[in-house]
Amino acid sequence: MKILTSWLNDFGSFGDDHEKLAEAMTNLGLAVESTSIVDTPVKGVVVAKVLRTERHPDAEKVHRVYVDAGDGKELHVWCGAFNMKPGDLIPLATLGTVMPDGRVITPRGILGIESHGMLCSGTELGLTADSDGIMILPSGLKLGADLFGALKIVSDCVFDLDVTRNRPDCNGYLGVARDLGAHLGVKVSVPQGDKAKKGPARKIKVAIDDKKRCARYNMTVISGVVVGDSPNWIARRLSNSGMRPINNVVDASNLVMLELNQPTHAFDADKVNDGFRIRCARQGETLLTLDGQNRELELNDLLICDGKDSPIGLAGVMGGASTEIGANTKTVALETAWFESAGVARTATRLGLKSEASMRFERGVDPYGIDLAVSRFAALLRESCPNLVVHSAATDIKEKTLPPKQKIVALRSAQVVRILGAKLSTKAISTMLAKIGFITKSTSSSKVSNSAVLKIAVPSWRPDCETEIDIVEEIARHYGYQNLGKVMPQSTMHGRLSSIQQRRRDIRELVLSMGLSEAMPNPFLAPGDLIKSGLPEDNAIRLANPLVYEESVLRTSLRPGLLKAINFNLSHRASNILLFELGHVYPAGQQDSVEGLPAEYESLCLVGVGESSALALDWWSQLSAVMGFGAQIDQASVESGYHPKRSATLRRGKQVLGCVGEIDPRVLAHSQINVSVACLELNLSILLAETPRVAVAKPVSRFPRSDFDLAFSVPNSQSAGSVIKALRQAGGAELVDLALFDIYRGAGLPEDSRSLTFRLCLQAADRTLTDAEVTAIRQKCLDAAAKLGAKLRD
Amino acid sequence: MSEYSVESMSAAIETAKEAAMSAIKNTADLSSLRALSAELNKKDSPLNSFKSEMGNLSSVDDKRAVGQLLNAATSEIAVALEDRSIEFADSEIAARIERESLDLTELLVSRRRGHSHIVTQATQRLEDVFIGLGFQIAEGPEVETDFYNFEALNMPKSHPARSEFDTMFLEYGETNSILLRTHTSPVQIRVMKSWKPPIYAIMPGRVFRRDTPDATHMPVFHQIEGLVIDRGITFAHLAGTIESFTKAFFGSEFTSRLRPSFFPFTEPSAEFDIRRADGEWIELGGCGMVHPNVLTSGGIDPEEFSGFAFGFGIDRMAKERHKVEDIREMYTNDLRFLRQF
Repeated sequence: MKILTSWLNDFGSFGDDHEKLAEAMTNLGLAVESTSIVDTPVKGVVVAKVLRTERHPDAEKVHRVYVDAGDGKELHVWCGAFNMKPGDLIPLATLGTVMPDGRVITPRGILGIESHGMLCSGTELGLTADSDGIMILPSGLKLGADLFGALKIVSDCVFDLDVTRNRPDCNGYLGVARDLGAHLGVKVSVPQGDKAKKGPARKIKVAIDDKKRCARYNMTVISGVVVGDSPNWIARRLSNSGMRPINNVVDASNLVMLELNQPTHAFDADKVNDGFRIRCARQGETLLTLDGQNRELELNDLLICDGKDSPIGLAGVMGGASTEIGANTKTVALETAWFESAGVARTATRLGLKSEASMRFERGVDPYGIDLAVSRFAALLRESCPNLVVHSAATDIKEKTLPPKQKIVALRSAQVVRILGAKLSTKAISTMLAKIGFITKSTSSSKVSNSAVLKIAVPSWRPDCETEIDIVEEIARHYGYQNLGKVMPQSTMHGRLSSIQQRRRDIRELVLSMGLSEAMPNPFLAPGDLIKSGLPEDNAIRLANPLVYEESVLRTSLRPGLLKAINFNLSHRASNILLFELGHVYPAGQQDSVEGLPAEYESLCLVGVGESSALALDWWSQLSAVMGFGAQIDQASVESGYHPKRSATLRRGKQVLGCVGEIDPRVLAHSQINVSVACLELNLSILLAETPRVAVAKPVSRFPRSDFDLAFSVPNSQSAGSVIKALRQAGGAELVDLALFDIYRGAGLPEDSRSLTFRLCLQAADRTLTDAEVTAIRQKCLDAAAKLGAKLRD
Repeated sequence: MSEYSVESMSAAIETAKEAAMSAIKNTADLSSLRALSAELNKKDSPLNSFKSEMGNLSSVDDKRAVGQLLNAATSEIAVALEDRSIEFADSEIAARIERESLDLTELLVSRRRGHSHIVTQATQRLEDVFIGLGFQIAEGPEVETDFYNFEALNMPKSHPARSEFDTMFLEYGETNSILLRTHTSPVQIRVMKSWKPPIYAIMPGRVFRRDTPDATHMPVFHQIEGLVIDRGITFAHLAGTIESFTKAFFGSEFTSRLRPSFFPFTEPSAEFDIRRADGEWIELGGCGMVHPNVLTSGGIDPEEFSGFAFGFGIDRMAKERHKVEDIREMYTNDLRFLRQF
């Protein structure tokens, strides 16, 4: 909503201190998005008359205009617009004029012929938003007079307000003025209605079928209309409010809407057939609206029809073309109505037809502001139609569904203190509310709530105020948010990270220290991305209304996103590409049993370009150390998308913690990645939920240790892990350390075997191990290894 | 064989000692010193041979005199050997130190530590400040039901404010019943339902809106939201908390203000702005007293408890802190971008 300072002052003496007004509006919740000064006079622009125009054979896009700027001399000006004819009055920027855009008018000519100034469009002078060539001025202005003085244009300040949904009344000047008046102590008056005597009775038949959707309908006949331009001041107000002046009838309707937040619709009474009927649309009906579009209607659309039942308007949204005001309109049938907001919203949204009128009906208009709106419309139109006649006996149907003139809401004074923290007397509350038209009907005391109870009558222009808390908000606004104080609550709670959050941070810290940088790929994938990554896509969840098709599948894994990030960085020749992501994934085809939501868990994925499983395993071993528990490396089952021979599933009991290894070369080929990619993927929701045991201290052995190495030739079919497991079992409690420290393949070994060398460290807590004991344990280890086909090498 | 006398033997000892001393001085390295030392310690070395010759002296006094002289010479030589040995060891270490000289600038390799995303950095900084103010952190799912995202937040099915959220719905369950949360507010309801007041919680997280990406908008972005519910919580507590946060997070030179606004889930509602030291106001987020209907949805009696909530975007904080021109750049995953922070 744009508010012009000059116009606001019609409603009360608000003055022109722009900063003070902006601050007051901000403090009331009418956020000032921007403030701009308009109609700043441009010095040196005068009224001139076109004498004659002339083409130049060598200039195609411009012509020569000869004008008289009041001194009777013929001035020559080049001009690129052709919309003037001899006798027209036009604005001439004389030599030396500084235009609003900073240009200085000089005699710089074309084809060697000088120009003695410039003819101006409304846009160039900052007077209109769009330009239809040179501005043609109203006749009767004095030649040579200062343009802005002649048009009585003075500079004005425009506030662009962001009116929130809960303040429908502030989509009109009256609402803004009421709030500001209460805040600044300025008396507010409503605009003048039409004072002329009513003309002879003319009643138009109106039938309302849907009384819920249309609860009030006023139809007033106004004759003596001469359609033409609006007076200049009306046109200026509309232009500066961002609305294009059209003709005096439409402009009066728009001006009333801006002033009173009450849309009206003017039909050409002679084009309406036999009265009005308001009903919902039938299947298959269509309507040609004012904007020239043929609208297909649906059952829920509320229509204004004529007496023959033909649709002539979409109620509250847009009028029909057939009854539009035209140049020859003599009599206007003025509709001023109250339509139910939800219905207007539905139709306007469905048709993508958000008009100034529909927006206002959607938010809510004052059902009792209609009489003033009709009268004000007539007063405004009378300015350009002196013989206007407003006929008496207008139709005004008020259905029972019309909201009451006043709603009574109970307010407990204790609640004001409890929510706002400010102790206000019931008198102070009543006085404050009365200023905005909220009248205290009665005050009583309630033992139950240990509080005074005020019965507040909410005015009809505030449909948003329905409950006690709404009134509390009004009190807060007018008491002033800044006067409510700033106090830190006395919390008995202690701030801290939960165990899960602390462990998540520990993991992040470790991953960063391992050299990986954090990526945040788009969680939406293109159809096919999952398949390219070797993952099933059948049950992946899709967006019902994606922005684009390429972002329509919810990820089931972090891998596809990271593969895209790798591809992107490779294409920019990045080196040392180590990336991770920590984010939510939505596994396909699973459901969270409790709330009917699809399953969702937190995943961590680490990738290293040009790296092998060795690095991925190193990441895992470091992470598992931070987590405080390990996992079985299960190479027998490998998740799809991973290299089948160089990857493993990480298991802990029955739970799958994640996968470790390398990306499947086929996936890499699909992703145009031509180097190996190490990958570790973990289900953090499982990992973080486990609370690691607190380690209990064991005394450190004071007895010497015995170390020895064992080198085995082990068949390739036997994993090192199984040998380690066997050695651990055989070594028993005295085997305090076991490390695989050398792996060798090649000469001196059978074709299908490799050499694994282990260092074993034996130590007892309570004694020095004897040679015999060490030999016995060593033999047990050898026997256990032999069972797996591991032969001791010499 | 010449006469053995104290004088003659003394002279001979002196001569032999001088010879040994000069030989020690002339050694070139540790190994020749070791060879010389072995030579000098041999039984038949010049000095050692004097020990047997001493027996030829007649008087006890003479023997004692020569013996003392001989001992003195022997220990003088031993000290000289030791000193020379230390000299060699010192120069050897000095030579090794010289040999081991390193150009450390050759070794200065670029840091291997990875880089945390600036949105994560901002989130953690915010979390830390709120922990300091006594808040705990709550989390919730990104996929939500209509109930948690709208209905429980005082936005029933036909509520016009819903249209402002540009919701992304999922093809799951009934049409338009399951969605990607458009704000972190559904976590408020989850917290109310699962925790008991007093509640002092913040809720950071990822949110989704059907917004076409541009320099300041992404369809996937991050918010942080705060919720306090306790007995006796008033609007002044909301303003006080916002003020404390402003000073703790942005610096003590910043102040805050609340101005009336509208949100369906709070009433009274406010926008909160912060003011920089230079006097400029910056719009930060929305807040307000939790609407009684929202408390009721969360299973909390609005007549017993009251509370406030506030929220704002995290991405914008990161963007402005690091002067990133286009928010989309934060999501390219370009290492050249990530490695700057």
